[in-house]
Amino acid sequence: MWSNLLPNVQWEKIWAATAETLYMTGISVLATFVLGIILGLLLFLTSKGNIWENKLANTMIAAFVNIFRSIPFIILIILLIPFTKLIVGTILGAEAALPALIIGAAPFYARMVEIALREIDKGVIEAAKSMGATTSTIIFKVLLPESMPALVSGITVTAIALVGYTAMAGVVGAGGLGNLAYLEGFQRNHNDVTFVATVLILIIVFVIQFIGDFVTSKIDKR
Amino acid sequence: MITLSNVTKIYKAKSGTVTAVDNVSLHIREGEIFGIIGYSGAGKSSLIRMLNGLEKATSGQVIVAGRDMANIKGRELRKARQEIGMIFQHFNLLWSRTVRENIAFPLEIAGVPKKERLKRVDELIKLVGLEGRENAYPSQLSGGQKQRVGIARALANNPKVLLCDEATSALDPQTTDSILDLLVDINKRLGLTIVLITHEMHVIRKICDRVAVMESGKIVEEGEVLRVFRKPEQPITKRFVQQVTEPEETKETISHLLEKYPQGRVIQLTFVGDAAEQPLMTNIIRKFNVSVNIVQGKISQTHQGAYGVLFIHIDGTEEEMDKVIDYIRQQQVEAEVMTNVE
Repeated sequence: MWSNLLPNVQWEKIWAATAETLYMTGISVLATFVLGIILGLLLFLTSKGNIWENKLANTMIAAFVNIFRSIPFIILIILLIPFTKLIVGTILGAEAALPALIIGAAPFYARMVEIALREIDKGVIEAAKSMGATTSTIIFKVLLPESMPALVSGITVTAIALVGYTAMAGVVGAGGLGNLAYLEGFQRNHNDVTFVATVLILIIVFVIQFIGDFVTSKIDKR
Repeated sequence: MITLSNVTKIYKAKSGTVTAVDNVSLHIREGEIFGIIGYSGAGKSSLIRMLNGLEKATSGQVIVAGRDMANIKGRELRKARQEIGMIFQHFNLLWSRTVRENIAFPLEIAGVPKKERLKRVDELIKLVGLEGRENAYPSQLSGGQKQRVGIARALANNPKVLLCDEATSALDPQTTDSILDLLVDINKRLGLTIVLITHEMHVIRKICDRVAVMESGKIVEEGEVLRVFRKPEQPITKRFVQQVTEPEETKETISHLLEKYPQGRVIQLTFVGDAAEQPLMTNIIRKFNVSVNIVQGKISQTHQGAYGVLFIHIDGTEEEMDKVIDYIRQQQVEAEVMTNVE
C-alpha cells in the first residue's frame, strides 16, 4: 500500500537519514547543554553584584555570545568551513555539521541559562554564603539545582531549534532528513520524499517537546 | 562573644555615598539574646550582615567568637561562618531540596560524612518539632514550618552565634510567638548567643535580654529590655515602646478624658516586676482624699519579668493630687501626668 502512495520513498534511505538527524541533534544538544551552561554561568557570575563581578570579562563574553547568536545559521556554516576542516578533517557528513551546530546553538542557550540563573532568589545564594559555602558549592549545589527546571525547558527549546539547524546543515552536505528532502525531494521533484521527511522531523520535535515537558514537571518542586 | 568597635559601613552609590552604619560600638555577651530594633533603612540589616562577613565594614573592628570578621577572607572566613548560623525573613530555603536535604546542606558544606549527617538531621528535626515532615518540599510547608527548617539548618553545625534577620516579620502573630518560643528554648538549651534585628517591639519584649535602638546608622539607646521599657530616653525608643504598651485607641481615650474631666489629672503609671504586685490603688484611696478612676491597663510579659502600664484619672485638690503623685513615685512606680496628647 505504502509503495503506491509514496512511490519514490526508499525506506532504507529514510531510516539512515533519520539516524543521521538524531545523531547530529543528540550530540549537538549534549555539547550545547554543557557549553551553554558554562557560558551562561560565566555571564551570570561576572555580572554586577555577583561572585566574580568583572565588567571587562562580562562585556567580552557578552560580545562573543551576541555575535554568534546573531549570525544567520546558514552563513555561520560557511564561515566555519576552515575551522571545521581543521578539527573534523572534512566538511561533508554528519560529523562535519557538529561544530557549526554547537557554535550556533550554545550562545543562544547561554542567554537562556543566564536568565534562568538571574531568576534565582538572591537570598538563597546569600544563605549558602552565610553557611560558609565555596563558590563551587554554590554553583553545583545551589545555582544549577535551583534553576534546573528552567535549564531543562531552555534546552528543550534549543533542541527543537537544533533539529531545524540540522535540516539546514543538510542542504550543504551534512546528511540527515534535511539533506534527503533537499536532494531527493526538491531537486528530483519527489514530493512524497519531502512529505515523509517533514513528518519524521515533526515527530522528532514532538518527542523532544514531550520529554522536555515531562522532565521539567518532574523536577519542579516549587 | 561579639564586640564591635567604631564600625562604619559606607556604600558608594551613583548619587554619592550612603553611610549605613555610623561609628557603632557594641558588646554582646555570651548566651544572651540581644535585639536590635529600628525602622527600615536604619542600618540594622547592614549591621547584622557584618557579623558574618556578608558585608565588610568600611572601618572598625567586628570581633565574633574571637575572629575579626572585617579582616578575614577565603578559607578562614568560610570556617568562621560555619560557627555563625543565620536565619532570614524569607527563609531562603532551597526549593529543590526536601526538609531533610535542606537541613543537611550546611553539613555537606562542612564535610560531615553521610552517616553522621543523617543522624544530626534527625536530631535537628526533633529539636525544631518537624517530625513527620522530613520528606516534604518547602513549597508544601507553612511559613512557620519553613522558618523551623531555617532554624534547624542554621543550628546544624553547632554554631556559637545565631543571627536572626527579621526572622518573624513575614509570619502571622501566632506563628511569630511559636517561633520566638523556639528561639528562647534553643537559647536556654544550647546556651547559644542570639542576635536579632526587627522592627517589632513585640519581638524584643518577648525574648530579648538587652536591646539596642538604631536610627540613621547610629545606636541611639541601649540597655536591659526592662529598663528601656520602663524609662525610654529617646523619642524613637518611646515610639517603639508604645507599639506594645499603648494600643492606638489609648491616645483617643486620653484626649477624650482630658476634655471630659477638665479638673483632675490623668496619670500613666508604669510598673516593673515586683512593683506590679503592691496594692497601690487601695493605698491611694485609703490614704488620700481623691477619687480614682481606672481608665485602662495592660500588663506585658518580657523575657526578664512583668511590665505593666496603667492609666488612671484622679480628682481632688491640687495639693492632694501632688501628694498622690509623690507617693506613687516613692513606690518605685513611674508616674507621668498626661497633659496634652497630640
